[in-house]
Amino acid sequence: MNDNMENKDQKAQAEYSLNDDRRVRTLSPGALVVRRFLRNRVAVTGLIILIIMFLFSFVGGSITPYREDQLFYRTTQQKKQYAAVKENTEFRYVTATKDSFPSVAQAKFVIARKTGKPSFEGKKGTTYTYEEIGEDFCVIYGDGMEEPVAFATYDTVSSVTSDGEVSFNLQCEILEALAAGEDGFTLGGVEYTVAEDGSVYKGTEEVAYASRFIVQAIMNDVFLTRAFKEELVTSIQDGNMDFVFTDEDGTEAEYTVSYDAASKSYAVMQTVETKIFDTYASPSKEHWLGTDRNGMDMLTRLMYGGRVSLYIGFIVVIIETVLGVILGGLSGYCGGWVDGLIMRIVDVFYCVPSMPIIIILGAAMDAMRMDPQIRMFYLMLILGFLGWPSVARLVRGQILSLREQEFMTAAEATGIRASRRIFRHLIPNVIPQLIVTMTMSLGSTIITEATLSFLGLGVKFPFASWGNIINDVNDTYVLTNFWFIWIPAGICLLATVLAFNLVGDGLRDAFDPKMKR
Amino acid sequence: MRKYIIKRLLQSVFLLVLVAFIIYVLMRCLPTSYLEEVARQKSMQPGSKSFEEWMQQLSATYGMDKGIIQGFLGWCGRALRGDFGDSWKWTVPVVDKFKDAVWISFIMGGIAFLLEIIIAIPLGIIAATKQYSKTDYTITIVALACFSLPTFFFASLLKLLFSVRLGWFDLGGLIGRNYEQLSAAGQIADKAHHLVLPIITLVVINIGYLMRYTRTNMLEVLNADYIRTARAKGLSERKVIYHHAFRNTLIPLVTMLGASLPGLFSGALITETLYSIPGIGYVSYQSMVSGDIPFSMFYLVFLAILTLLGNLISDILYAVVDPRVRIA
Repeated sequence: MNDNMENKDQKAQAEYSLNDDRRVRTLSPGALVVRRFLRNRVAVTGLIILIIMFLFSFVGGSITPYREDQLFYRTTQQKKQYAAVKENTEFRYVTATKDSFPSVAQAKFVIARKTGKPSFEGKKGTTYTYEEIGEDFCVIYGDGMEEPVAFATYDTVSSVTSDGEVSFNLQCEILEALAAGEDGFTLGGVEYTVAEDGSVYKGTEEVAYASRFIVQAIMNDVFLTRAFKEELVTSIQDGNMDFVFTDEDGTEAEYTVSYDAASKSYAVMQTVETKIFDTYASPSKEHWLGTDRNGMDMLTRLMYGGRVSLYIGFIVVIIETVLGVILGGLSGYCGGWVDGLIMRIVDVFYCVPSMPIIIILGAAMDAMRMDPQIRMFYLMLILGFLGWPSVARLVRGQILSLREQEFMTAAEATGIRASRRIFRHLIPNVIPQLIVTMTMSLGSTIITEATLSFLGLGVKFPFASWGNIINDVNDTYVLTNFWFIWIPAGICLLATVLAFNLVGDGLRDAFDPKMKR
Repeated sequence: MRKYIIKRLLQSVFLLVLVAFIIYVLMRCLPTSYLEEVARQKSMQPGSKSFEEWMQQLSATYGMDKGIIQGFLGWCGRALRGDFGDSWKWTVPVVDKFKDAVWISFIMGGIAFLLEIIIAIPLGIIAATKQYSKTDYTITIVALACFSLPTFFFASLLKLLFSVRLGWFDLGGLIGRNYEQLSAAGQIADKAHHLVLPIITLVVINIGYLMRYTRTNMLEVLNADYIRTARAKGLSERKVIYHHAFRNTLIPLVTMLGASLPGLFSGALITETLYSIPGIGYVSYQSMVSGDIPFSMFYLVFLAILTLLGNLISDILYAVVDPRVRIA
């Protein structure tokens, strides 16, 4: 019984106790706002998207293995002109000295040989005689001279070494021996032997060779070895259009031969591995979103582009908010002529069409070839400077209505300083509206910047921004074939701006104490 | 009322002169200009005068050798007589080029404007009447998404889908390849066909704002006391919304729409540029990028006039539509 009484007593005590655990939980206005915001599912989604975009841009940029402006290469098989081969089907003339047998005389020689005359006249009345040693080799003598002035031949004589030269007399003797079917001759007291395939030996050492085919390298610094020439010629004679040659070092190279009917010669192309920029590569393991026009990794560009877009957004919004709060605050608080002046300035700014002005300034900066980094700062300043009037109007309107409210009269009655009245009592009441506007204008600034960059008047290469990444789409070929170049950037842009707007919207609702939910 | 309008008009003219002066100074201060470009090209030609001589001659021809104030006064004087000079880029009088280009912009903007009204206002009202429902969330998110959509990205998507994949429309331009061979009706149809994608772009980009504006104002009206009274009288929900609430929402709506009417003449700079529609927006974009001072000057001042006109219309409409507003 007694126990029961005690129990009841305790119960009653618990009911009326003022211990901490019995207190009604109160929340600060800030906490209430946070609560209301977190209850709004759409706004929280926006916040999550924003966090993801921030992580993507700022952390992603540090994690990615590539640099912002790192170029990638790929190797491809490119065919390069390497050599030309021509089978000699008419006489080539080799002269003893430079002018000893001019071209007029050469033409006369052909006529004389066709008509079977043993001698012919040159240009200056010089008479030449010729001796036909073989079907395709003639030695031409000047007027009554012992030594030949020139010879006409189908075959050419080349030295075995790259820098060696074969003298006129030696060439003449070699060809004579070949034409006459002899296997050797003596010149200047040295004995030479001539093999049937055209090789010429001085003793046992090979010095020169004669051939019907003229093989010339396209590049001056390339020396074609005899082995290469011979194999090439054999290959061409066999009718093969592909040709593989292994040189002395054992390096194998592939060549393609094509016949050019106009010049009656064969062009030899060497297939070489060449390094080129890896442009517009499809998404792969190394490049998850492929590479862009310059051969840079798209995903990395996207991350750094996000950084630039967000930086610009924040800096511009900070500039316009600071200017707007100061000027709007002054205007609202002071009233009178200050208000009139500032509001007229605001009117003027409202009237000045901002997008065309930015375009004109952008074009001017283009013409000045301004450094991309400095240009980016100017862009931020211009955007911020053109954006403050709306903030100023908002702040002024708020302050005008707040100024007339009772709490301001009370604040004035307590006799606190004007600056304290402004910063402790007026400004905090403007802040909710300001935050909402700032969030929303972050989104619109990012769009403006992206539009400018898209037009090529905003952020410039080498810096990436989401706008100038999409810029590539101006090329219809990219629009059609390379979705991975522009769609991810567009989605990032859309998601970020949408998220800013959702959060701004959610904040507006959360700050509104009249909200029912 | 008349006094008010006159006062506002005078204020606007004063503002306009100020804005025109700012724009003029800006254009004159641009470090590089079309003149230098032309002079450079001309001096490159064989046997030509030097760059400096060309520069002098050109600036005299184009009236750029006077001081800024003098030049501005001269410009104002000529502008009052309707003479805005000759465009440097198009080599025709500025006003002629403007007349050529402005109508296509107006038609495009007008159709888009009507479509926006037809689509956005009903959706905004539905969203407001069903606040916090699934419909409201959907409409709000769609509105915000339209609002957040970068024009150039959306236009590229449309081009990829309708022009490249489906092949229904051309990628850009106002007239097709065989425009000259078409009959008069066919030519109009051809132009209309080319305007479909730009108009869709304009509608989608602008619709979000109007939808949200309608919703916000409708919500405000729905919270008013007279709506509670109307409901208390036992009126049907239909009647409450369409007779009492919507009519009051019309006040801000009509004001806003009236204010944006002059904007129909300003052209859609980005959209026209993206689709190469030779309207006033695209033409002035090209002029501005190539440093054509007379045309850019004209276009910027024209835009300023449109803005001022919009403000004026909105103020007057506010007084006309809302009987509570009395203007002294």
